[in-house]
Amino acid sequence: MSNNVVVVLAGGLSHERDVSLRSGRRVASALRDAGCDVVESDVSAGLLGRLIELGRPVVLPMLHGGAGEDGAVRQALELAEIPFVGSSAAASRVAFDKSIGTTVAWEAGLRTPQQVALPDDLFRELGASDLVAALAERLEFPMIIKPSRSGSALGFSRVDSVDELPQAMVKAYGYGPVAIAETYVAGTEVAVSVIDTGDGPRALPAVEIRPDSGVYDYEARYTAGQTRFICPAEISDEVAARCAELAVAAHEALGLADLSRTDMIIGEDGFPVFLEVNVAPGMTETSTLPLSVEAAGLDLGELLLQLVSVARARGAR
Amino acid sequence: MTVPEPRRDTRLDRYVSSYAERTHGLAVSAVRALFSVANRPEVVSLAGGMPNIADLPLDAVGDSIATLIKTRGTQAMQYGSGQGEERIREQICEVMAEEQITAHADDVTITTGSQQALDLVTRTFIDPGDVILAEAPSYVGALGTFRAYQAQVVHVAMDENGLLPDALEQAIVSLRAQGRRVKFLYTIPNFNNPSGITLSLERRHQVLDVAKRHDLLIIEDNPYGLLTLESDPLPAIRSFDAEQVIYLGSFSKTFAPGFRIGWALAPHAVREKLVLAQESATLCPPVFSQFAISTYLETWDWRGQIKAFRSMYKERRDAMFEGLTENMPQGTTWTRPGGGFFVWVTLPEGLDSQAMLPRAVSARVAYVPGPAFYADGFGTRFMRLSYCFPTPERIIEGTRRLGEVLHEELEVRRTFGLGTTGPTSSRDLAGPGPDLS
Repeated sequence: MSNNVVVVLAGGLSHERDVSLRSGRRVASALRDAGCDVVESDVSAGLLGRLIELGRPVVLPMLHGGAGEDGAVRQALELAEIPFVGSSAAASRVAFDKSIGTTVAWEAGLRTPQQVALPDDLFRELGASDLVAALAERLEFPMIIKPSRSGSALGFSRVDSVDELPQAMVKAYGYGPVAIAETYVAGTEVAVSVIDTGDGPRALPAVEIRPDSGVYDYEARYTAGQTRFICPAEISDEVAARCAELAVAAHEALGLADLSRTDMIIGEDGFPVFLEVNVAPGMTETSTLPLSVEAAGLDLGELLLQLVSVARARGAR
Repeated sequence: MTVPEPRRDTRLDRYVSSYAERTHGLAVSAVRALFSVANRPEVVSLAGGMPNIADLPLDAVGDSIATLIKTRGTQAMQYGSGQGEERIREQICEVMAEEQITAHADDVTITTGSQQALDLVTRTFIDPGDVILAEAPSYVGALGTFRAYQAQVVHVAMDENGLLPDALEQAIVSLRAQGRRVKFLYTIPNFNNPSGITLSLERRHQVLDVAKRHDLLIIEDNPYGLLTLESDPLPAIRSFDAEQVIYLGSFSKTFAPGFRIGWALAPHAVREKLVLAQESATLCPPVFSQFAISTYLETWDWRGQIKAFRSMYKERRDAMFEGLTENMPQGTTWTRPGGGFFVWVTLPEGLDSQAMLPRAVSARVAYVPGPAFYADGFGTRFMRLSYCFPTPERIIEGTRRLGEVLHEELEVRRTFGLGTTGPTSSRDLAGPGPDLS
């Protein structure tokens, strides 16, 4: 295991491949600047064999969406006894599925939106009109419809009336067989990253997100210039402390390791509502985790190097 | 919690307030990002327009390029003329003669692919707000260039015989009556990208007549004209009139796109301006590529090579037809191109090719959604499929996967009662053109 190489995994076959490649490039570059010997790799046949040939180096998965984030690739790394940075396969599986992750957060006492998870075949079997009517009755408008297992706001819609529901559901099902409907939470949108370099999870300064269009969708996320990021967020120390507390609580409740990012909305009463947690936070030029790292006075490459050391010391899982 | 200072308020783009007006609105898109997956080998991509150049005589090309460097390297690797090298311009006149064009090498300007010819022509003629007429649908790369020069594209309807001359005339008259400056018609008369439709011989004359009557310049873009699969090439519009037409040609499909050599054949006065524009853009088009292609044309049976390409593409096109017939759900129709690279598919009512793309990518098949080929957001009911690059077996497999995607999407839409009403942004079309009525 005494191997100083770090393999940054990026790409994959998910809908977020492009974002993953950008995250991977940035992470690899930051690690190289910190003096690390980095190998960049896509996910393809023969990956495990190559990693074993390399002497089972520490892997830094920068895969977003699909098998990269739902625990599948991490499960393979665990099987092959290859150490990696980040949460275990089991924890990733739970966190990546928004319906399960939100339930865990709610059971841990965190504020969450009201949420319903609906597979597409349920509508087929029970009849869409009855279910849509029940959904409209149970959750208030506006509501958010999104795929349960996707990221980067892909397949996301805000729905203001019952007439818009079918189209939004169809859009979400384009990304997977289960869709989530949840109440819309108005307020200040913030992202809080959590890191754990060996002495327990700690929250980094919150990043406030103000997209010009009002909606933090794919375009607003990845087109530089279309969103204002304010870090630390323009919120009181008291509210900032609540946000940090929520992010750390989500990280712990879901059994996450090393790093995570929790997206939340601060309601009018100053209390944050958990939206979702990411086990592979974006590291692109427009992602929020690197902004938090900078605001905390840390260097991204040095921080990643520490996380690599933690993973190396932890060894295979 | 201690809040570190100073607080950073950033858009993560320090030049955000400095961009030119024409740059505003350029943004990443989730649809475009999906093509990053389409390029993976696990995915059958029926999206790209890459020619299959594996059948080229690569050894012979390699030998001739080695000889070129040894014998004429100091010329071939030097700066050259802004208009392009004389010898290749003469040879291009021989190539164009295949489509009955009579031209003089002086009127040819070499460009970095015909894409740059489009750029030079657009920058030469278009002021912001000027109108360009184009077929519906039209080439996505041309629409991008027109947008970059802040032109407004107005689409003109077409049917299975190509552009409708009456619709063209109506558009010119109506736009000019509104005081709009209509600068030119952009047309791909042979195996139109994306529709695969060819402008019939009769229509060529009619379109030219309309253009002459209304003093409208025609930009004839012809990258696929020699790649006919069933008959001889039709005469180019330029072959009927040297003054009304700027003709754009390319070696990208008949030889190889990596050399980036195309050309513009323009009336003398325009040619002067194109050369000046070329000099300000690149000083000179790639000299080495010109020499390499010139050597290829001189030493290889390029006409025989085009025949070989035709037979290879015919097999692929037929595989596409077979796969579509076998796998597409009822209500799907498609064009039957006699050449070129593309088939244009009209989806069953209610389906949206753009919304369906994530499902297709999950199923490991890719296509280009219809709206890419419209300047006005229409086209959601269409998709472009290419048969140029995948092998016939992969094409059949791709259509099988695509068929499943369409069936699944139809089922989900039916479940939600959306099966019979089209997306609001789609024109309800019988053919590949817009219903302008």
